[in-house]
Amino acid sequence: MLVQVPGGWNPLLGRLAIDQIPYTNPILAPLFVAVVIGAVIILGLITYYHKWGYLWKEWLTTVDHKKLGVMYIILGLVMLFRGFIDGLMIRTQQVWANGPQSSGVFGAVHGYLTPFHFGQVYSAHGLIMILLAATPLLVGFMNIIVPLQVGARDMAYPYLNALGLWITAAAVALIMISLFVGDFAHNGWFGYAPIFELQYSPGVGVDYWIWTLELTALGTTLGGINLIATIVKMRAPGMTWFRLPIFTWASLSANIIALTSFPALQVALFLVACDRYLGSHFFTAGFGGNLMLYTNLFWIWGHPEVYFVILPAFGMMSEIFPAFSEKPLFGYITMVAASFAIAGVSWLVWLHHFFTMGAGPDVNSFFSVATMLVGIPTGVKVFNWAFTMYRGRITYTAAMLWAIGALFLLLVGGLTGMMLAIPAINYMVHNSVFVIAHFHSMLLVIVYAIFGSVLFWFPKVFGFKLDEFWAKTMFWLFSAGSVLVFVPMYMLGFMGQTRRLDYVFNTAWHPYLVTEEIGIAVYCLSVAAFFVLLYVSIRDRVKNRVGQDAWGTSRSLEWLTHSPVPFYNFAVTPHVNARDELAWRRHNGINEAQPTQYVDIHMPNNTGVAIYIGALTFVLGFALTWRVWWLCLLSLVAIIVLMIVRSWRGDPGYIITAAELEKMEREAMQRQQQVEGHLPHHGGQAVPGGAMAYEGQKVSPLGTPPSSGGDHH
Amino acid sequence: MSAHDSPDPSKAVLWDTHYHGHDVISTRSFGYFLYLLSDGMLFATLFAAYGVLSYSHSYFNGQTPADFVHPWYTFTQTVALFLSVLAYGMGMSAVKKGNKAGLMNGLIAAFVLGVIFLGLDIHDMMDLAAHGVTVQTSGGASAFIVLTQVHAAHIFFGLLWILVMMAQVAAKGFTTDTVGRLLSLRMFWHLQAIIWVFVFVFVYLWGYMS
Repeated sequence: MLVQVPGGWNPLLGRLAIDQIPYTNPILAPLFVAVVIGAVIILGLITYYHKWGYLWKEWLTTVDHKKLGVMYIILGLVMLFRGFIDGLMIRTQQVWANGPQSSGVFGAVHGYLTPFHFGQVYSAHGLIMILLAATPLLVGFMNIIVPLQVGARDMAYPYLNALGLWITAAAVALIMISLFVGDFAHNGWFGYAPIFELQYSPGVGVDYWIWTLELTALGTTLGGINLIATIVKMRAPGMTWFRLPIFTWASLSANIIALTSFPALQVALFLVACDRYLGSHFFTAGFGGNLMLYTNLFWIWGHPEVYFVILPAFGMMSEIFPAFSEKPLFGYITMVAASFAIAGVSWLVWLHHFFTMGAGPDVNSFFSVATMLVGIPTGVKVFNWAFTMYRGRITYTAAMLWAIGALFLLLVGGLTGMMLAIPAINYMVHNSVFVIAHFHSMLLVIVYAIFGSVLFWFPKVFGFKLDEFWAKTMFWLFSAGSVLVFVPMYMLGFMGQTRRLDYVFNTAWHPYLVTEEIGIAVYCLSVAAFFVLLYVSIRDRVKNRVGQDAWGTSRSLEWLTHSPVPFYNFAVTPHVNARDELAWRRHNGINEAQPTQYVDIHMPNNTGVAIYIGALTFVLGFALTWRVWWLCLLSLVAIIVLMIVRSWRGDPGYIITAAELEKMEREAMQRQQQVEGHLPHHGGQAVPGGAMAYEGQKVSPLGTPPSSGGDHH
Repeated sequence: MSAHDSPDPSKAVLWDTHYHGHDVISTRSFGYFLYLLSDGMLFATLFAAYGVLSYSHSYFNGQTPADFVHPWYTFTQTVALFLSVLAYGMGMSAVKKGNKAGLMNGLIAAFVLGVIFLGLDIHDMMDLAAHGVTVQTSGGASAFIVLTQVHAAHIFFGLLWILVMMAQVAAKGFTTDTVGRLLSLRMFWHLQAIIWVFVFVFVYLWGYMS
């Protein structure tokens, strides 16, 4: 039933062989040595400082949504860096391999990358930037902020949250190991039929691509379920739907998209895997396969995915603008409606990625009009932000600069998007770098919103602000880089440069390509500024410490607890009385009122099962890629056994007693006093009891409400 | 704006000391329901692929469903699966009375009927392979086999889950954990039966008549 693979295969190692390790490659071999040296240094430092126990107990086995979110963001930043290096390589190859006179090194006729290697670089760049950088960064922020904004102690399913992170990490590990063992796909990040069929791509690159995508899709689906359930089920008392902070609304709309669209990706990739492993004929050029079926299935997921990443970014901007304009968000209801309108329309636009399929004027018109409809809710959002700033008391913090920058980029990206929505124009610029410049403008909106959010919420998570000077330096360098790279790219698109060229024939384009390369160099400076920013901020952390409400003008519930947020989030669940609860409390002079009484709280235990399952999914992906069947079976069985063992043991959780809680709160209050120079009102007596019933407890027969209390929503 | 529907700040409740939060079973069932939505989307995508690959040219020169499906044979599978769901439902009604033996009987019956369904499916697939219909035959045959076998894989994992639940209920009785999982499994088992209705109608009946 399995297909014969070209080349060697043995039952023990599958397709793995020593010649699959590219030790002769002049780029990868030194990189491998550098990675090994770096890893040895990091592992050595952890061992030297005896941090393994700390790392294991506090981070690797944690189910705390804030720590998981931080790890998601670190993962995303590392992959953002890797994706940036890929981008740097692409730009350098194009400026080098320009015209027949251009030189070539490392086995390439022109430039320094062979066409096959170049194909892998741009495929990895796209996949990494969208699925392994933007997605983890946004999921990380949703993880940290959403439970705080709804006034919950944790996500609805803390263990599932950890599982989602470690499966995403497995996907990252899989794409990283493809650098040094075997090769990666050269079919672009979204793939084309039939080039990814075994016949035309006999190597393991496409298999790495399939299983990386499958793992990240699985992780994101689990995360989506968790976030939706958290928003629907875990809201604090008084938090009615129309008091929900706008970032939480945006997260809800985004995760509904994720939940419903990722299965389409999983099926599309699964069918590719069937073709490659079982010899089926879904997307083959003969035997009744259908090439465009793949493209349709992929973009049925692919376009909703675009909005899955942009909607949380819009949510972030909607939090930053009011905080630094000292005004409530303009048009809250329309903002919510716009988010859901975008989420809904996202399902009706996928064909605009391939108008040139030739589906005919009726089909193309439908998708063209549907695509233009997206401009309406997006326009509503842009005007809402503008009106939020209008007559506001604007503070140009670095976070605000990023948000305003995102607004300008959205204008550029959005208007070029409207141009591309017209099939007549689209036919002219299809697959040109004009399209590349368009969607990079849009994805940069996300990057801007993310860096704005890093600055905005960093003090909440770590208790001190990032350095404003270096943050602004980074912003201006990054913006200069964006202009220098993407303005010439728009021009080149109009001049007819197609995407993904490993060799650019037209020497008249050289000045533009050089400008883009200069832009990349400026980007490199902004990356350096980011590292300086981290260094300076950590060095000056004592000076930059903040209290609960780090900016003094923030509006929602996450600013009502200490900075850094204690692991139990809120000592006592806040009761929500207004939209923008903190702003309402501040307005009425009760923003520093503290609870008068503490009760025991129930928290979930840490678990190592999530990271074990994550590691096993990596093994499974690797074994599938290399067709090591016994290892596939072994890791799959091990995953199932671990799940059964975990479900057998359950998690009774543990109790923080009211006395412990009061002690921790008192210490937090004293730290706050040192920062702000005064002590919040505080009083009250600890009372024991009140822990909520959880696991291992016998329940009454169905039909009567469980003793732990009904659903208060 | 925000202040309109807000209470008087001097009297407002700011903290909810005795807020008990959510009920564990309802939260978990909701999350599981969300997962099932994504599972439904998975099948929807597979049906879309099947629809696209069900033209006569999709079968290349090989046999079409009209040649190789046997609706009456598959009808016995349908009956087995529906009875399995019925047995599971009766087992769950025993949970309401706190009747462990009743639940166990229901689960055992559901399991046996599920095994019959899966056995018939495997036999059918082997029969098809013997007649030269495999995933490698044509695009149409690939879609037919992958759609039905993804459903069968769901049934397989459902059966595994039924076994685990029997062991858990036997060892622990009706706890928040076990009752919550029985409810989730019930939703899962029902959904697989519902999807089977679509498989039977659109793949077997329609295929037979095409």
